[in-house]
Amino acid sequence: MPVTDIAKDVENHTLTITAEFAAPVARVWALYEDPRQLEQVWGPPEYPATFVDHELRAGTRTTYYMTSPEGEKFAGYWDVTGVEPTERFTFRDGFAHEDLTPNPELPVSDCVYDFSATEGGTRAVYTTTYASAEALQQVLDMGMEEGARSAIGQIDAFLARG
Amino acid sequence: MTGSSEDRADALFHALADRTRRDILRRVLAGEHSVTTLAAGYDMSFAAVQKHVAVLERAGLLTKRRHGREQLASGDVEAVRSVASMLDELEAVWRGRIARIDLLLTEET
Repeated sequence: MPVTDIAKDVENHTLTITAEFAAPVARVWALYEDPRQLEQVWGPPEYPATFVDHELRAGTRTTYYMTSPEGEKFAGYWDVTGVEPTERFTFRDGFAHEDLTPNPELPVSDCVYDFSATEGGTRAVYTTTYASAEALQQVLDMGMEEGARSAIGQIDAFLARG
Repeated sequence: MTGSSEDRADALFHALADRTRRDILRRVLAGEHSVTTLAAGYDMSFAAVQKHVAVLERAGLLTKRRHGREQLASGDVEAVRSVASMLDELEAVWRGRIARIDLLLTEET
């Protein structure tokens, strides 16, 4: 499996996931630059994501929404804070209203995506930090169903790989 | 324990954000200890240790009972699990996402 390490920092409300992909860094980076590819991996298959604005450039805002099986839309945004092509990008990930404007009442997390070359391809390190335990709990309350469905998606992907 | 799940999460994380409290929790999870015995293990006053025990108790991580003149403290394993389980849920989201990235990348090769 591509996930090689998971570090949970309970005190700092931080989750760090390390994954190894059998593709060059430039290829993995291209996935994050391309909204059409990004939406294929962002949400679980039952909650397809649609990226509306996405440039992967510092100072820009990415907007997206996910659609539930019942047709309900859950929107989010990224405020892209830093981009060092093919190596790292950072953003603040938040929830949005249905018109894609940020919803300040819901928590924002700080994300750092870091990519480096390995012998077999790419090592990606994803770090997500929540401001408080309350924020973490709130995100989990909202994403509970997504989490459960992701697990199923993971099994499907695993089987598809053979 | 009363309050919303958010209040509960705050209490849990606050309780665990201190080295002495985590150490106390490790001890009482292993078995019941009197507060006096616990206090003897730290370079601080009995009152200070008692305060740490009270924070853990408020967070629902520890329960106390009285036995004669002693206060006996024991850890609540289930409550400790609930903190870890919040991060486990996020892990599930990430594992799904990474599996999809991997699938997308390997499909084209």
